[in-house]
Amino acid sequence: MPLDAAKTETLVSVRGLSMHFPIYAGIFRRQVGVIKAVDDVSFDIGRGETLGVVGESGCGKSTTGRAVIRLYKPTAGSIFIDGKDISKTEGDALRRLRPSMQMIFQDPQACLNPRMTVGSIIAEPLDEHRRDMSRAERQEKVRALLDQVGMNPDFANRYPHEFSGGQRQRIGIARALALDPKFIVCDEPIAALDVSIQAQVVNLLEDLQDRLGLTYLFISHDLSMVRHIADRVAVMYLGKLVELASRDALYESPRHPYTKALLSAVPTVEKRSVERIILQGDVPSPANPPSGCVFRTRCPMAEARCAAEVPAFRKLADGRGVACHFAA
Amino acid sequence: MTDQREAASPPVLDVRNLETVFRVRDGQVHAVNGVSFSVREGELLGVVGESGSGKSVTMMSLMGLLPSPPAMVTGGEVLFEGRDVLKMTKQEMRALRGGDIGFVFQDPMTSLNPVFTVGFQIMEPLRVHLGLSKARARERAAELLALVGIPSPGARLDDYPHQFSGGMRQRVMIAIALACDPKVLIADEPTTALDVTIQAQILDLVQKLRTELGMAVIWITHDLGVVAGIADRVMVMYGGQVAEQAPVAELFARPQHPYTRALMQTLPDLGGARKERLLTIAGQPPILRAPPSSCPFAPRCAHVHAKCREANPPVLDRGARHEVACWWTPPQEGRDAA
Repeated sequence: MPLDAAKTETLVSVRGLSMHFPIYAGIFRRQVGVIKAVDDVSFDIGRGETLGVVGESGCGKSTTGRAVIRLYKPTAGSIFIDGKDISKTEGDALRRLRPSMQMIFQDPQACLNPRMTVGSIIAEPLDEHRRDMSRAERQEKVRALLDQVGMNPDFANRYPHEFSGGQRQRIGIARALALDPKFIVCDEPIAALDVSIQAQVVNLLEDLQDRLGLTYLFISHDLSMVRHIADRVAVMYLGKLVELASRDALYESPRHPYTKALLSAVPTVEKRSVERIILQGDVPSPANPPSGCVFRTRCPMAEARCAAEVPAFRKLADGRGVACHFAA
Repeated sequence: MTDQREAASPPVLDVRNLETVFRVRDGQVHAVNGVSFSVREGELLGVVGESGSGKSVTMMSLMGLLPSPPAMVTGGEVLFEGRDVLKMTKQEMRALRGGDIGFVFQDPMTSLNPVFTVGFQIMEPLRVHLGLSKARARERAAELLALVGIPSPGARLDDYPHQFSGGMRQRVMIAIALACDPKVLIADEPTTALDVTIQAQILDLVQKLRTELGMAVIWITHDLGVVAGIADRVMVMYGGQVAEQAPVAELFARPQHPYTRALMQTLPDLGGARKERLLTIAGQPPILRAPPSSCPFAPRCAHVHAKCREANPPVLDRGARHEVACWWTPPQEGRDAA
């Protein structure tokens, strides 16, 4: 089930996506290496579904999100949105695709221009892509969008600094919704917010999904929040997809040793029977990843085979995908 | 265990009715309004609250770390081993900071000086406070790095902060704070900027250090999960006041203050039944232009009644060392019904 869309038809389909960044050094700025930020990642997202992507900083989850909506030009692989491969689309053709895929950013402070009013921030995508709308229509749309994200439409004339973090994030969401997108990449949308405000924003995202039939790629390092919002969850480590499963399967019985360690490391209020696995050391550099399985340097069950052989991302009996030699 | 310790030792740090005011262009902001708490040897006090609840300002005030102006500590006592820190001279205060009281800040990226080696920065307090020779200080610095779990500590002393990862830098910060065997360690959101697997390593380390060295630890965080895992006692702050204070098991079993209860319900769980919808706390934390004359949580409170808007509730003991500042008493119930 998991690799193929869960609920309905597939909206987003990613196959073998790789995003490599060159490293230049020396006086001639020659390319001396490559950072494999995302390496051979494949997944599907069904229409109206939320796919959560979790992992530690530097694991490539944000790069994946950005590459999927073509903010980067992927090194390899294909990205189908609504059956159309957009991985090699360029220029005007790509620009015409932009309205259907939008992004909500992590830092609501940094992603809003402090010199623009809230109204002009939200209207900017309309100015760019909806020339057919009259000025009055655009203003009406902005007011409707503000209302939709639970803000007073009269706030359109104010500036971002007059709002709190949670409200700014709502403005960012309103802007993302301006062009009636089908697919939204949420890149850590709640990481910069206080706990009591996080719940408000997450509830809003869920309401909008129900009302507008949105499809989300929800990137977060907060595993409890991903469990709350996602239908299926992808776990990434050092640019690789290590496990992809439905929410309940992943949280109840993680199969990849990294997923197990990650889940056991989350401090919770409830006492849990799960044994805490404390990983030693840090994530290796993606410029010089370990041979074989990328997780083997921190893996409690690594053997000689893990250094020699890259584990294939294979499907288990219950339908989940795991990249580990020993998972069953 | 806590009770035995209580009988055995007086508090290392005892804060009474601390008040801090910031003078700003258009008036005053009352950031800390009569906060009282204490920590004993080997005890870990968790301090929880949203941004702006006054948790960091409280800790900065009692160490005299806030720039004045605009900040002014306008009232209260901070007793460290019986001496009032707020009445100390600058020299005495300097001897205390980094000596008997260590401080770890939130951001390991900006708290280390990028132009000095890590070794130099760990040796600095050793040479200033303990007057060690350079060779002896270096030896001790290497021991400290080993203590916080940095591999090949001797060689890494000559590295610069940028050569360390985020988790390693936070360990270096802890090593600096521990350099002079502090009696109290104040850690301000030390793991917030770190990944969960690295956070687990740091939490493990602090648990080990406080049992081995008998340090009192004040751990500021907004993560209730972290507090549940490591603290002996928890203090919940709101609007520059203590909303609730209790031993950790007691607080999570029987939260009394509506704010604490709401905070617990806004969190999604990692296990158990999945909540269909997260509870939210409507509104924003207050900015207090005057000392609160009514309960600062009243505008967001689900159990608000007339009295809450008339008078600020005092902190009262409800038994089992559970102190609450609220006029409302929850019906008798377990955590499940909460």
